[in-house]
Amino acid sequence: MSEQKRDVEQLRVSDLHAFYGESHILHGIDMKVNRGELVTLLGRNGSGRSTTLKSIMNMVGKRTGSIMVNGNETVGMPAHQIAHLGVGFCPEERGIFSSLNVEENLMLPPTVRSGGMSLDEIYEMFPNLYERRMSPGTRLSGGEQQMLAMARILRTGANLLLLDEITEGLAPVIVQTLGEVLLKLKAKGLTIVLVEQNFRFAAPLADRHYLMEHGSIVEEIASHELEEKMDLLNTYLGV
Amino acid sequence: MAELLGFPPQVLFGQLLIGLINGSFYALLSLGLAIIFGLLNIINFAHGAQYMLGAFVAWLGLKFLGVNYWAALVLAPVVVAAIGIVIEKTMLRRLYKEDHLYGLLLTFGLALIIEGSFTHFFGVSGQPYSVPAALSGGNNLGFMFLPTYRAWIIVASLIICFGTWYMIERTKLGAYLRAGTENPQLLQAFGINVPLLITLTYGYGVALAAFAGVLAAPIYSVSPVMGSNLLIVVFAVVVIGGMGSIAGAIVTGLLMGLIEGLTKVFYPEASTTVIFLVMIIVLLIRPAGLFGKEA
Ligand SMILES: Nc1ncnc2c1ncn2[C@@H]1O[C@H](COP(=O)(O)OP(=O)(O)OP(=O)(O)O)[C@@H](O)[C@H]1O
Ligand SMILES: [Mg+2]
Repeated sequence: MSEQKRDVEQLRVSDLHAFYGESHILHGIDMKVNRGELVTLLGRNGSGRSTTLKSIMNMVGKRTGSIMVNGNETVGMPAHQIAHLGVGFCPEERGIFSSLNVEENLMLPPTVRSGGMSLDEIYEMFPNLYERRMSPGTRLSGGEQQMLAMARILRTGANLLLLDEITEGLAPVIVQTLGEVLLKLKAKGLTIVLVEQNFRFAAPLADRHYLMEHGSIVEEIASHELEEKMDLLNTYLGV
Repeated sequence: MAELLGFPPQVLFGQLLIGLINGSFYALLSLGLAIIFGLLNIINFAHGAQYMLGAFVAWLGLKFLGVNYWAALVLAPVVVAAIGIVIEKTMLRRLYKEDHLYGLLLTFGLALIIEGSFTHFFGVSGQPYSVPAALSGGNNLGFMFLPTYRAWIIVASLIICFGTWYMIERTKLGAYLRAGTENPQLLQAFGINVPLLITLTYGYGVALAAFAGVLAAPIYSVSPVMGSNLLIVVFAVVVIGGMGSIAGAIVTGLLMGLIEGLTKVFYPEASTTVIFLVMIIVLLIRPAGLFGKEA
């Protein structure tokens, strides 16, 4: 991809504050993700990484500041319009619907852009889902549910993916598969924001890392700076 | 034909037919309540009043505008659903985040106001509504006489109930409804207009009540209190079936109608209380209801 195209701004968050009821969780987040980039949000438990993704989706109590998605201001937008700007969200708790079977879960999110994967392509990428397509969504194993949660946003054609802890609790071989999936998506030019506990998984995939602490971004690290900033990471993450 | 279990078959089948007809109304009404509760988390106490409104819209339409039964069967649910949608958009909408109790109180208050105003204008005595010509008369089945209109009630109710079940369990729109019942916030994040889905769902549940009201108009008299009497029994049916299940609401409705009918044959004194007895037993043994998911 050319340098010029890389500089298209897919997501820009400025001075984002987020609240759950009375509790003030995010304190002025600033971040920018260009088209085709894979960026991670790192931090300890409770540092506000999931809240950042949920704020972008308008799933928190209240938010202020600015969130530009594909050039559109979304802070005043109802939640259901944001997905249609090309955003796909994979929540931390996976969010598989138990009253829908696997295929219904897969087909649930509406297409938001052209160029998404077809059902056939998805079943080829995740053969387990094909075999279990008629069982209730939550009868799948944890790993299969995680694949389903990923697969269902790949179908929509979203070009900005917000992925929250997609490797959590998964066997190493599935984690490896997911890593390959992410690389393929990146090669297709998709933009990805990855919240990840598993630093070894995220490090080789990412272009940049944002380090979060107490609801603020405390450090931005490009992948080539990782070596020299390892000590800093250790202090913040305790890895 | 000989006697069945010591009762003339005419009596037995006659009561079973009445039971099935009552059951058809229970099924339509508890289905609407279950759909509304699933997505809105509101126990719609105005359901009886909306059923009554359906019957009244049919009666008023016929009297003042010459709208016939068949047109009323479509128009009354649309009119009453429109009123329901206004109620949802202006009042219910503010209560979703609160406890169930607030929605229950609001709809209960609305029911009292609606029924009170109709009583003021029309009295409680009830207005007659005649059976449409095409459905008058009946057939002698040998073991009993089957009035055509009563057969129609059962058929119409079964068609609407099955159609609603199919829509919810087997179509894309139904998948949205089920997903919204489980996790509305995530469904909305996927790009579905959940507030609109909620409004339409309330409208549909209310339309079912009004449809039942039109079906009822020719056999019960059209009166402002026709819904409040029925609603108490329907709530018992909903408790027995369990709030969660669409098929459960339908099956339980029909079943309770039949049980009521049988009781009328074998022990008439208990026929008005038998459903509440069943409710108590079910609550003791399976608190989530026959078809409800245990928590
Ligand atoms: N629904 C909620 N209501 C109130 N407070 C919340 C809610 N969800 C999260 N919080 C608080 O917000 C803070 C940030 O939580 P968040 O889920 O964003 O953390 P995280 O970085 O994703 O951590 P984790 O590793 O646990 O997923 C925490 O202090 C948490 O207690
Ligand atoms: Mg989290």
